[in-house]
Amino acid sequence: MAGYIIRRILYMIPVLFGVLIVVFVLMRLIPGDPIEIFFQSGEIGGSGATSREGGEVSRKALEKLRESYNLDKSPPHQFVLYVWDVLRGDLGTSIAYRRPVVDMIASHWPATFALTMASMAVAITIGVGAGVISAIKRHTFVDYGAQMFAILGISFPPFFVGLLLILVFAIKWQTDDGVGMLPAVSNGYGKELILPALTLGTAASAILARLTRSSMLDVLSRDYVRTARSKGLRERVVVMGHALRNALIPVVTVIGLEFGGLLAGAVIIEAVFHRQGLGLRLIDAIIDRDYPVVQGLVLLSAVIYAMANLLVDVLYTYIDPRVRLETTGS
Amino acid sequence: MATGSVVEGETGLEAAAAPKPRSEWTMAWRRLRRNKAALAGLAVLIVISLAAIFADVIATEPENHFDILAAELPPGSEGHPLGTDDIGRDVFSRIVRGSRISLRVGFSAVTISAIVGTLIGLSAGYFGRWVDMVISRIIDVMLAFPGLLLAMTVVAALGSGLNNAMIALGVAGIPFYARVVRSTTLAARELVYVRAARAVGMSDARIMLRHILPNIVSPILIMATLGLGGAILAAAGLSFLGLGAERPSPEWGLELSSSRHLLRSSWWISTFNGLAIAITVLSINLLGDGLREALDPQAGAWSH
Repeated sequence: MAGYIIRRILYMIPVLFGVLIVVFVLMRLIPGDPIEIFFQSGEIGGSGATSREGGEVSRKALEKLRESYNLDKSPPHQFVLYVWDVLRGDLGTSIAYRRPVVDMIASHWPATFALTMASMAVAITIGVGAGVISAIKRHTFVDYGAQMFAILGISFPPFFVGLLLILVFAIKWQTDDGVGMLPAVSNGYGKELILPALTLGTAASAILARLTRSSMLDVLSRDYVRTARSKGLRERVVVMGHALRNALIPVVTVIGLEFGGLLAGAVIIEAVFHRQGLGLRLIDAIIDRDYPVVQGLVLLSAVIYAMANLLVDVLYTYIDPRVRLETTGS
Repeated sequence: MATGSVVEGETGLEAAAAPKPRSEWTMAWRRLRRNKAALAGLAVLIVISLAAIFADVIATEPENHFDILAAELPPGSEGHPLGTDDIGRDVFSRIVRGSRISLRVGFSAVTISAIVGTLIGLSAGYFGRWVDMVISRIIDVMLAFPGLLLAMTVVAALGSGLNNAMIALGVAGIPFYARVVRSTTLAARELVYVRAARAVGMSDARIMLRHILPNIVSPILIMATLGLGGAILAAAGLSFLGLGAERPSPEWGLELSSSRHLLRSSWWISTFNGLAIAITVLSINLLGDGLREALDPQAGAWSH
């Protein structure tokens, strides 16, 4: 088991290093000098540039800034320096905010983390629940309703669903003192989390519902389920005790992949609800071409995604003891 | 696993070698025709495509025509079935023109992903050895970016804009096609007639394109159809975030984002644009599901 996990982590390293290379190269494809791009709203002349805040930046100061970002060095040299910094836990400094990227992550990750976790809970509850009910009540209106819900869930853009929820719960449905039932702008961790987590979670639940349904139907037709039924066990025991556990095996793998979708989906949901998480920072950074922030955030999300998938594979062994990782994990 | 793929490949081979090579497709069409949801999807998609083609005829107002005096008229107003926006532009006309943008972006992105992904996957599966090694590692790295993040990173490099978003989505879709085509090709490579073609001295390119590709068309077609819905959704998402289309483009995602502050007073602008995206993607997904069941009756989530 431990050997398997170590092997998996060892395999993650070259892949994540690849991600690092791709992001680094893509960021170097931005035409022009990142410092000058950032100051492009102002005049860049022989004497210097005007910063966005209107202050004068001298040519000398620009040179100094460029030096502090290692931009005076060749790209390969820059890459070596960047990798060395990353290994020491330094993701560079934001050009727009003049603040270490690690600090930005530290102050904004809780908003994103809470959103992804709450959405995951929503997705699993609705997705697995709808899938199981759909399979048990196969070919009934409940089943058709759940199927309809699932295909609508993958077709409706999450940002549209978010706006509809705001329209209903924050604008139309108000308490007596004229305040919406639920807040549309969401920065907290209590009821502020309900609308964004519902939006993101429902989108992810659709895929889980479809998968759970077909997996459950597959398991319900197996011999051991027939045996359990013929022993006279109650249907509840058969479904919950015998079928569900086995039906969930393929679902668990997909939950790991879904987690990646949630990480990326959080970017859009944070924009809808003005939630001050890492997603909003990423969009700002892409528009501002604040490349150290883009690099840092994309790398972080790839690391988290890889860890989530590793976690899911480990979880796998607990659900399905037949999967002996140490022998099959080559 | 591997044996399963080979068996499937052989069924494909028999069908391809039969006197009427199109019979497999005729069968698929028959199965598709029985699927009402897929037919409904196809019908709606045809209507939307016609609207996109004849947008200039269908739209009641010229492009970017505005009338401050007719601002924020509710749906059902005279001459404005879906109302007007905050500067008096006809919502219906803009949505009709928006269909052209979304379909073009979706089709282009999927075409880039499918063609490049297929060529890469074919090469990896066919040549094996170091070619496969290198390509597989590249695919792994591309798949390590969660969800839309690869597309967003590419947009960050190219700069925001609709065409760049389209290229970014095209690039981000490549690994999915490459992975599927690679594994199908690995199985097809060992088929007797492929080995025979190689023994006769046929060129690699010819074997790949004439003998292997026809056997893997149906999974590519299924992926491309379902991918089209995903690409339209993603493109609208990028535009919503301000990384895609720019004002005053009638792109649906952009319209949704730029009218959201009007949600309180004029809900119809966001709602109809959102519905336009949802209905388009829904029709494509229904068709895609139907195609999957028709072309690959054993698989498919709903086939039970």
